[in-house]
Amino acid sequence: MAHASTYKPRSGFARWLDSRLPIMRLAHDSFVDFPTPKNLNYWWTFGGILSVCLVILIVSGVALSMHYTPHADFAFASVEHIMRDVNYGWLLRYMHANSSSMFFLAVYIHMLRGLYYGSYKEPREVLWILGVMLFILMIASAFLGYVLPWGQMSFWAATVITNLFGVIPFIGDEVLAWLWGGFGVDGPTLNRFYSLHYLLAFLIAGVVVLHIWALHVPGNNNPKGIDVKGPQDTIPFHPYYTVKDGFALGVFLIVLALLIFYAPNILGHPDNYIPADPLTTPEHIVPEWYFLPFYAILRAVPDILFIPAKTAGVIAMLLAIFTLFLLPWLDSSKVRSARYRPLFKQFFWIFVIACVALGWAGSQSPEGMALLVARISTLYYFAFFWVIMPLLGVIETPKSVPDSISKPVLGSGSAAASGTSG
Amino acid sequence: MAEAHVEEDQSPDTDRRDFLYIATTAVAGIGAAISLWPFIDQMNPTANVQALATTEVDLSPIETGQTIKVVWQGKPVYVRHRTQEQIKAAQSAPVDDLPDPETDADRVQQDQWLIVVGICTHLGCIPVSDPDNLRGEFGGWFCPCHGSHYDDSGRIRKGPAPDNLAVPPYQFIDDNKILIG
Repeated sequence: MAHASTYKPRSGFARWLDSRLPIMRLAHDSFVDFPTPKNLNYWWTFGGILSVCLVILIVSGVALSMHYTPHADFAFASVEHIMRDVNYGWLLRYMHANSSSMFFLAVYIHMLRGLYYGSYKEPREVLWILGVMLFILMIASAFLGYVLPWGQMSFWAATVITNLFGVIPFIGDEVLAWLWGGFGVDGPTLNRFYSLHYLLAFLIAGVVVLHIWALHVPGNNNPKGIDVKGPQDTIPFHPYYTVKDGFALGVFLIVLALLIFYAPNILGHPDNYIPADPLTTPEHIVPEWYFLPFYAILRAVPDILFIPAKTAGVIAMLLAIFTLFLLPWLDSSKVRSARYRPLFKQFFWIFVIACVALGWAGSQSPEGMALLVARISTLYYFAFFWVIMPLLGVIETPKSVPDSISKPVLGSGSAAASGTSG
Repeated sequence: MAEAHVEEDQSPDTDRRDFLYIATTAVAGIGAAISLWPFIDQMNPTANVQALATTEVDLSPIETGQTIKVVWQGKPVYVRHRTQEQIKAAQSAPVDDLPDPETDADRVQQDQWLIVVGICTHLGCIPVSDPDNLRGEFGGWFCPCHGSHYDDSGRIRKGPAPDNLAVPPYQFIDDNKILIG
């Protein structure tokens, strides 16, 4: 939805700046008078929420880094120093930890919204791919950050996750030593994780800029999944969606504040308040909740032919994430929105249930019922993308899609509604 | 939509809408401003730093004529047990002619104890007080960086430094003990 600029500099200085660096014009055309489909629902507010989350994470992270010591001997103590001595240090740390949790919650909703309304389809494939890249960067950053407090969970999460690279054939051990900077997770590992954690935050911010750029070329998708046909289908981003996003953000921040102030450790693991001990593994290792579905896939896969379960699990987990890149081409249906895809809609909700089931299975010991649930859900996860999505476009008869966003409301699509003012 | 625009221009709703707009923006703005405070305050001295904000000094082992250096808030502080001659010299200096006029009485609580921050007021070097030679022309301290001379009251007498050596806040806990800070 590249549109003609409507920016009018209001002062001499604004005109002067506009002819040298049209940054105000860019901001105006992107976030003020940006034509946005007028039927966006609240599921579309998570992009803005995620942006604010990222800002909170970066600002609180920079503040934390002023007091944190990335050294195996001092890291744990420096986190306690932050909790006890630093002014508002407890707030900064709880804000950082809980915001990252809520960041994942928001990103999962954001992704499922894209899946449900077909936001990844032509012409928004690059937008989707950038989003998957952001998701992978988030996973990496969250993992690296979780290691920094250097508690028991930090240490053993680092050990378990880095050991996944040990399945690389022939050079696995060398890769591990290179990642660790030693013969196991130790001081050098912590040091480089800190450096990379800091780096990734700004890489994410950079890709977010590309993500928004790629969004602003075709413009937003919408719940009907049909293209904008003209000005009658859009409203300016400001004030309509700044207000809507602002309200959703307010609700989101209230939930975040409840976590920070009333249950700051509810999403964490108590074992991480025990200093890292390379000689003792905690009885039950679980990742943070947002990694549980992938953790379940990792452990669900048995030996497959000549591939041992360990290797197969790693491959399956990576495939589960990297499959998302191919989504725009795995989905063979031309209809974007699930509103008009009766079959897809059902498979979509089964997919959501499978993801939640995987999350539950990931939190349990991989045996009995949990293992069975994990295996069935893993099968469905892959079948959904690799079998159901390609087939549905062929066998499904979509409901009739409206001609335009305005038409169901306004009849002809351009006439003004009458008699309503609210 | 078209009608809504017309209404906005004419009806008293405009006032209510303006009020809501300003009120919402104000609440959000004030909230954002207040939530900035923790990010600013986190850079202030932490509790463990503040716990070390004061330094207790036992004066009893310091002999007459001797100067010791103690650390207070990360800075060197000189504690000098002055001799009678030094006290006399400090009290008889021509105050009005000094670059930074101050009487000795204003700089000490007890005549025999001079307590000053050992940081040259010129550019932050640490003035020395070597009993044999390097104590400057006025018997107090000499700054090796740019040659400032301080007297037995820590006052600047000669050289580029603009002010006297600072006297830190301190109090006598008892006759032989002071608490700096």
